[in-house]
Amino acid sequence: MSLNITDVKRIAHLARIEVSDLDAESYLAKLSSIINLIEQMQAVDTTGITPMSHSQDVVQRLREDVVTETDQRELFQSVAPAVENGLYLVPRVIE
Amino acid sequence: MLAAKEISSVEMTREFLKRIALHNPEINAFITLDEAKTLTQAAVADQRIAQGNTTPLTGIPIAQKDIFCAKGWRTTCGSKMLANFTAPYDAGVIERFDAVGAVNLGKTNMDEFAMGSSNETSHFGNVQNPWDRARVPGGSSGGSAAAVAARLCAAATGTDTGGSIRQPASLCGFSGLKPTYGLVSRYGMIAFASSLDQAGPMAKSCGDMALMMNVMTGFDERDSTSLNREKEDYTRDLNRPLAGLKVGLPKEYFAEGLDGAVGKVVQEAISEHRKLGAEIVDISLPNTRLSIPVYYVLAPAEASSNLSRYDGVRYGHRAAEYDDLMDMYCKSRNEGFGSEVKRRIMIGTYVLSAGYYDAYYLKAQQIRRLIAQDFTEAFKKCDIIMGPTAPSTAFKIGEKADDPVSMYLQDIYTIAVNLAGLPGMNIPAGFANGLPVGLQIIGNYFDEARMLNIGHAYQQVTDWHTRMPEGI
Repeated sequence: MSLNITDVKRIAHLARIEVSDLDAESYLAKLSSIINLIEQMQAVDTTGITPMSHSQDVVQRLREDVVTETDQRELFQSVAPAVENGLYLVPRVIE
Repeated sequence: MLAAKEISSVEMTREFLKRIALHNPEINAFITLDEAKTLTQAAVADQRIAQGNTTPLTGIPIAQKDIFCAKGWRTTCGSKMLANFTAPYDAGVIERFDAVGAVNLGKTNMDEFAMGSSNETSHFGNVQNPWDRARVPGGSSGGSAAAVAARLCAAATGTDTGGSIRQPASLCGFSGLKPTYGLVSRYGMIAFASSLDQAGPMAKSCGDMALMMNVMTGFDERDSTSLNREKEDYTRDLNRPLAGLKVGLPKEYFAEGLDGAVGKVVQEAISEHRKLGAEIVDISLPNTRLSIPVYYVLAPAEASSNLSRYDGVRYGHRAAEYDDLMDMYCKSRNEGFGSEVKRRIMIGTYVLSAGYYDAYYLKAQQIRRLIAQDFTEAFKKCDIIMGPTAPSTAFKIGEKADDPVSMYLQDIYTIAVNLAGLPGMNIPAGFANGLPVGLQIIGNYFDEARMLNIGHAYQQVTDWHTRMPEGI
């Protein structure tokens, strides 16, 4: 599987990263060399092997459905780029 | 020393701050220092000691990797994205050190979002290896490594996703331990690859690391993968004899790719363990070679998901100009992330994208199981595994910076340990051409006390861990 410039731009869009045409060229070379590296996996026969997503064989814990966090809105919003009246500001999305 | 009141925590902390002021402008081990906060903590620790309410780490100045959120401290994760981020809460690890009265000496430099093996991807500049200032300290915990090696702190914390504690400990010549996955809370530790990330101690000796493990480990309900186990005392076995210990040497760790001089030093260290009573057996970890491709699917996949939170809305960098919401996301992320981070996000996005999931992500998870099974088989023949930590000594700053794949090969002996979730440790084992060489000790799950015992026994009969770089 080899990548082309169109693939790089599509991936960048999915990842929400702006790329210029010049950047795309440089990404293409480096991403292709990484893809070549990971292609080594294809030589291995993995028929019937259960995928391992995690090293410990544990299940998700459950807890009582009660409030555990206190309201710290002002503190948490103090690090936000733009807030007003307790709301996060973003460019208009509804016309 | 503190309990005996030979020196106060404030005096000790001031001494380290003085050393930092002298060496940090060149070594660049710390991103953020806050003398007032640090000295306040030291003063509180001194009161605590005066009241007799002391523990082994009360008043000890510890450098914290800048991946741990510490309330009121700037916490950058080595990224422009978080260059102005002040953490509004404490990580589990920070809370635990605070609870015993340890002193936060400052936040250490690191590869951006812990993605790197040389500290060269940090937004805050390269870190110098104290043993040779033209060389890298390793990474991603490069700042913590340089700080321990240059004696700018009593000890430091690190995190290890594919070798980020062990490899810099090897390149800078000191002890570092990546615990079994799930032992140390990941709460408030900025996420890179959640199924692999694990925090651990970086220190001058295995004895010091045992004391840090006693503080750092323990159940935290705020981390969904934290293990609820009985509390252990990691110092309990330090002085156990090594007679009868079965040490496995994986042939794949001594094959092509290992620098000859490094291999020789590692073999000598293993012989020393034989003298201490250990028995050496040959083992095989046949899928070692595959750990790198598997890691470079799984870690970027998890990273692409974890780093989607940086959208320029709630915290982090926001571009100054943009056309609409989509443009704001794309520009903020392009400006806020460095090139290695963007590459890994894009690889992760690619392997998870429609049509490729089975060929890459699922395949990698299947081979991950084969890699973990290699260790299960190996531990039927031996108690502990030994080999090199890194294939070479510290390389020159800039030498591999432009070739991601050659950089990735630095982690050939460390990555499989993370994929399997096992504990791995580096201890200094000697020098090759004047640069430190590390011995890696890999244990079975939850065998940290035994590993520290082995390292401690070695450190009782060798003095590599006490060697210091010139000019420090």
